[in-house]
Amino acid sequence: MELPRQRLLDAYRSMRRIRAFEDKLSELVTAGKLAGFLHLYAGEEAVAVGVAAHLSDRDTFASTHRGHGHCIAKGVEIRGMMAELFGRSTGLCKGKGGSMHIADLDRGMLGANGIVGAGIPLAVGAALTAQVKRSGGVSVAFFGDGASNQGQFHESLNLAAIWKLPVLFVAENNGYGEATPNEYASSVPDVATRATGYGIPGVIADGMDFFDVFEKAGTAIERARRGEGPTLLECKTYRFYGHYLGDNLAYRRKEEAEEVRQTRDPLDLFERRTAGEGWLAGDELRSIDAEVASEIEEAVSYAESSPFPTPADVTTDVYVRY
Amino acid sequence: MAREIPLLQAINEALHLAMQSDPDVILLGEDVAGGSGRADQGIEEAWGGVMGATKGLYKAFGPGRVRDTPISEMGFLGAAVGAAATGLRPVVELMFMDFIGVAFDPLLNQAAKLRYMFGGKARVPLTVRTLIGAGLRAAAQHSQTLYGITTSIPGLKTVCPSNPADAKGLLLAAIRDDDPVIFCEPKSILFASGPCPEGEHVVPIGKAALAREGSDVTLVGVGRTVHVALEAAQALAREGTSAEVLDLRSLSPLDEDAILTSLAKTGRLVVIDEAPPRCGIASDVAALCVDRGFDLLNGPVKRVTAPHAPVPFSPVLEDAYVPSAAHVLAAVREIG
Repeated sequence: MELPRQRLLDAYRSMRRIRAFEDKLSELVTAGKLAGFLHLYAGEEAVAVGVAAHLSDRDTFASTHRGHGHCIAKGVEIRGMMAELFGRSTGLCKGKGGSMHIADLDRGMLGANGIVGAGIPLAVGAALTAQVKRSGGVSVAFFGDGASNQGQFHESLNLAAIWKLPVLFVAENNGYGEATPNEYASSVPDVATRATGYGIPGVIADGMDFFDVFEKAGTAIERARRGEGPTLLECKTYRFYGHYLGDNLAYRRKEEAEEVRQTRDPLDLFERRTAGEGWLAGDELRSIDAEVASEIEEAVSYAESSPFPTPADVTTDVYVRY
Repeated sequence: MAREIPLLQAINEALHLAMQSDPDVILLGEDVAGGSGRADQGIEEAWGGVMGATKGLYKAFGPGRVRDTPISEMGFLGAAVGAAATGLRPVVELMFMDFIGVAFDPLLNQAAKLRYMFGGKARVPLTVRTLIGAGLRAAAQHSQTLYGITTSIPGLKTVCPSNPADAKGLLLAAIRDDDPVIFCEPKSILFASGPCPEGEHVVPIGKAALAREGSDVTLVGVGRTVHVALEAAQALAREGTSAEVLDLRSLSPLDEDAILTSLAKTGRLVVIDEAPPRCGIASDVAALCVDRGFDLLNGPVKRVTAPHAPVPFSPVLEDAYVPSAAHVLAAVREIG
C-alpha cells in the first residue's frame, strides 16, 4: 500500500520520536535523573503509529502503563511529557501524574493507566459518548497480552459488541505480562481468538510492520465509523527494554531481544520497505532523526529548567469543587 | 410542601428532570428499563429498575439514553467513567452497593483519580445510584451499608438522603455536579412518603440539615438512622431531655461545622450509623468531635452502630443487627 509522501514522513517522525524519547529516558535513569516506574514502549512503535495515522483529535486513545508511545503517536506535546516525567509544574499533568498517567484530553488522549486492563472500558465509554453525541469519533483501547486475561477486557468486548460501539481494541501482544510468558498465562496463543466469543472480527497484524498495522487498523476503524461495531486487532510485537526500566530480564534469553532488535526493529523495517519501494530516501530519514534528537534534547532542557510544583499543590485538582 | 410522595418517586422525578434539562445525561444499569431487545414482541420497559426508580424514563427518552446493561458492573461502570470524561453525564445504577466488589477499580482508580492525575484537566461528572442497608431480609450480600468505603476515597463525593425532598434535591445536585458522586439509597425507607417539592428542587451537596432542634444532646444520623434518632428524640422528650437531630445528608464532603455547632449547643453527642463500627462514619464523626470539639464536650462521644458482623438473614437477627431507638436511648443514658 502506498501512502502520500508526507504521511510516510509523518509516520516515520512519530516512530523515531517514540524511540528517541524512550532511549533518552533510559539514559536519564542511568544518570539518576528520573524517579518512579518507567515502562518503555521502544520496539512497539509501529502499533501506536500505525493506528494513530488514521485518527484525529476527535478520536480517543485509552492507553496503558506503557503509554509514552501512544501519547506521542496521538500528538501529545513532547516537552510537556518530559516535564511531567521530571515531576515539574510545567508537566502535562503539573507533575501529579507521572509516567503512568500522562493524559491530554485536547488531543483525545484519555490517559496512560497504571491498572492493567483499566483503560479498556474507558475507551468503550469514549465510544459511547461518540455514539450518543453522533460525533463520528472512534476510540481505541490499547492493552497488552496480559490485560487480555483481565475481566475488564472481557466485559468491555461484550458491552461494545452488543451496543455496536465505534471502538477498536488493540492488543499489543509483546509476549510477556510482566515476567510471565503469554504462552503460560493465556489459554490461547492468539488474543485475537477471543473475538470469536464476542461475535466480533478478530484480526492479527505484524506489530513490527507499520504497513500491516496501518492497513488492518484502517479496515477496523472504517468499520467502526460506519456503525458496524468493534474489532479486536492483535498486533504481535516486542518490548525491547523488558517490563520496566531496571527489569533483570531473567525470563528471556539474552539473544532473544538482540535477535529482534537486529531483524525486526520496526524502524528498520519501515526504512527497508520505503527505500526498497523508492518511496523515501535515506537522507530524508536521517534529517528527521537529527531534528528529533534535538527536539528531545530541547525537551530535557525545558524539563530540567522548569520549576517544581509547590507543596500547596498537593491538595489542588482533587475535585472541580468540594 | 403539602404534597407527600415516596422517596422512590422523588428519585424518579429527579431523573426525569435531569434528563429533560440536559441531553448529555444518560442512564445505564441492569434492568433500568428491563426486557430490552424485545420491542418486536411488544415488550418495553419490563421493570424500570429493580425497585422501579427508573420507570417511565425509557419510554420518555428512548433506548439511546436509557440503556439496559449486561450484568457486568466493572464493564459498564468503567464505560461510564470513560463517557463522563469525554462529555456525557452518565447516571449509573449499581443495583446494590454490595456489588461494588466486582466493580471497584473504575471507582477507586479511575473516576476518583483522573482529574488529579491529569493535573486538573479532566472532569468526571458521573453519578452512581446504589441501594444500601438492611431491612428487606436480603442477607449478607444485598444489605450492606458501604458508604464508608467511597467516603474514604479522595476524589469521590458520597451522599445519602433520609427523606424524599432531600433525595430529589441531592440527586439533582449530584447529576449536575462535575465530580463523581455516589448517591446512596437506603432501601428500608424507599417506600416511605414525605413532603417533596414539585419541579426543580436542588439540595447543595456538603450541607447537613437539622431534623429536630434540641439543647441537651445531639443525635447525628444518616439515611435510615435519622429516623432512628428522631424516634429516640421523641422518647427522650417524654423524659424531659431535649435532643437535637442532625441529618448528615452528605458524607463527603462532611459538614463539620454543622456537627460542631450543634455540639457547642448541647455538649453531648451520639452518632448513629447502620454500618459496622470500624473505620466508618460514626468513628469519623467521633474523631472530629474529639479533635476539633474537645473543649465543647461534656461527656464521651457515643457511637451506636451495627456490630462487627455481616448482615444476617433471619428477621429476628436482622432486627437485632440494625441500630434502634432503644440502642440510642441506652447510649444517651450512659452519658448522663
